[in-house]
Amino acid sequence: MAKRTQKNSGTQPAQEAGLPKTPTGIAGLDEITRGGLPTGRPTLVCGGAGCGKTMLAAEFLVRGATAFGEPGVFMSFEESGADLAANMRSLGFDLVKLQRDGLLAIDHVQVERSEIEETGEYDLEGLFIRLGHAIDRIGAKRVVLDTLEALFAGLPNPAVLRSELRRLFHWLKDRGMTAVVTAERGDNMLTRYGMEEYVADCVLLLDQRIVDQVSTRRLRVVKYRGSSHGTNEYPFLISDSGLSVLPITSPRLDHPAYTERVSTGVRGLDEMLGGQGVYRGGSVLVSGSAGTGKSTLAACFVDAACRRGEKAILFVYEESAPQLLRNMRSLGIDLERWVKKGLLVIHASRPALHGLEQHLVQMYDMVSRARPQVVAVDPISNLTIQDADPLLKAMLVRLVDFLKYEAVTSLFTTLTHEGSHGPELLSEIGVSSMMDTWVVLSNHEYNGERTRTVQLPKSRGMAHSNQVREFVFSDHGVDLVDVFVSGQRVLTGAARQAQQARQAAESLWREREHAHRLQQLADQRRLLDAQIAGLLAEADAREAELGLTIEREGGRVAAAAPAARKGAPR
Amino acid sequence: MTVAQEPGTRRAKPEWQLKLYVAGHTTKSMAALANLKHICETHLAGRYEIEVIDLLVKPQLAAGDQILAVPTLVRKVPEPMRKIIGDLSNEERVLVGLDVRPVPDR
Repeated sequence: MAKRTQKNSGTQPAQEAGLPKTPTGIAGLDEITRGGLPTGRPTLVCGGAGCGKTMLAAEFLVRGATAFGEPGVFMSFEESGADLAANMRSLGFDLVKLQRDGLLAIDHVQVERSEIEETGEYDLEGLFIRLGHAIDRIGAKRVVLDTLEALFAGLPNPAVLRSELRRLFHWLKDRGMTAVVTAERGDNMLTRYGMEEYVADCVLLLDQRIVDQVSTRRLRVVKYRGSSHGTNEYPFLISDSGLSVLPITSPRLDHPAYTERVSTGVRGLDEMLGGQGVYRGGSVLVSGSAGTGKSTLAACFVDAACRRGEKAILFVYEESAPQLLRNMRSLGIDLERWVKKGLLVIHASRPALHGLEQHLVQMYDMVSRARPQVVAVDPISNLTIQDADPLLKAMLVRLVDFLKYEAVTSLFTTLTHEGSHGPELLSEIGVSSMMDTWVVLSNHEYNGERTRTVQLPKSRGMAHSNQVREFVFSDHGVDLVDVFVSGQRVLTGAARQAQQARQAAESLWREREHAHRLQQLADQRRLLDAQIAGLLAEADAREAELGLTIEREGGRVAAAAPAARKGAPR
Repeated sequence: MTVAQEPGTRRAKPEWQLKLYVAGHTTKSMAALANLKHICETHLAGRYEIEVIDLLVKPQLAAGDQILAVPTLVRKVPEPMRKIIGDLSNEERVLVGLDVRPVPDR
């Protein structure tokens, strides 16, 4: 949040040509107004009591003095300078020092109706002179009038007052003062005394609403002559470092992208994510119904970070820190050592403790201060009492953006209600679209038992498994195992084990059969070999016999030959 | 700063100390000063002191007495402080505002 005070015009949204604007330096407001308030013109800030009008006006001056080198005059018609300084100190603004440095002038204008008697004609030249004197003394560029309407109660003649106010705003314009004028909200109009008649260039409306006993402040740009502006109602908060308006969508999407991957703390899940886990600075959404293991996954996530020696913050909104530590210890996840080492901060608070805005501020503050590498929020769905609160989404967008700019890898869990037909996925589409990785945990009831499964509907920029895996808890951590598919069903738990056993038995049987076949084959071969040997022996014997016979026949022929020659003369 | 001193006995602390804040020599300012002098001479003769402060010359003095309207007459003494705004053309209201018991007409 310290970035906000940088004097860097590059962080300011581009201004439109034509209408010069003066940045307020208030986080978010300059984005909504596309650059700030109209330079050299008065802006009306109206709202009911306790809406933060004075805070906004004062921060406008403080930021102007500290960040933009524009001194300012605060003309207060309600609070004394000392009260104002004390109030602003709670936002971390030192008005006394700014006054000493000549960057701020506070003039408390006190009008006591009972002290004043009116006789004859008069004008408010005294007010002009006081304001002019303060402006000249410090060379002011910005002026705040808070709350001018106090004059209506203090001065007897409203007709004179109105004409003098009209003159005052002309005078401010002539002097080129960028002014913020605050006014109380009226019943049927923007302001009680119709101040919008005089200040018509830019009107901001502040509002504080209580919904379900939780209050949220909102800001709206009612009118901005000559400029486009965000027209929505934006929640804003007053924290100990000033005002912060939360635009629904951050105008730019230019956070850095990292290629480094970090483990989710669950080996099987890392495997599903291409074997390496998620990208650093990425956001992970874990959704599932009650008892699917969301908190456990969140604990694994921060545990893995601390193992890498990184800092982590775990925001829990459902259980106390000691209870979480105990529960995770039963799974063999020892988070306590990280807490003792100072690597892990577990922040447990009740969601109903404050409104959404306060929770967000708390997260901002803790993250800005501790600068962790990993943040887990368990669960985000609990932060609001209403279902489908649009503010929650706005807050999340803002938070996710913020964490990305800080290169913080984040994990959010959210509770979904198990729908009648299948996917609880539908209800979370709104939130899941802004997350990089989405892990869906679900319960499967089959065969008289309930098992947990994990699937990955999306994970940007990496190969990821399309399979459903089973999420297994044991006293030495959690892991994923492959599920078996049999026919059309995914088998988990006991059915998976039965199937595993059946397959093991089958393969054993097949092996034995195979061995048997081999044996048979060998036997047959031996038999054939024996037969071949016998036949060969027989062949040898016959050959020997034949040889003998031939020899014997040869001898007989030789003996008979001479007799034959004598018996045939010619 | 001009100081209109009542003539005659000069005491360190007159009973009535009045300040008239004006902005330049406008008609309203001159009228207010003339009216004030007249009223004081009539009803507070010898017991008053008037200090005229021109805010165009000394703008820094406006905040001290919480001056908004011009002209403004401030009764510093006697306490409590009272303020009367306008050109003081209505003598009756000025007397009420200053809490001065009028001297009966002679």
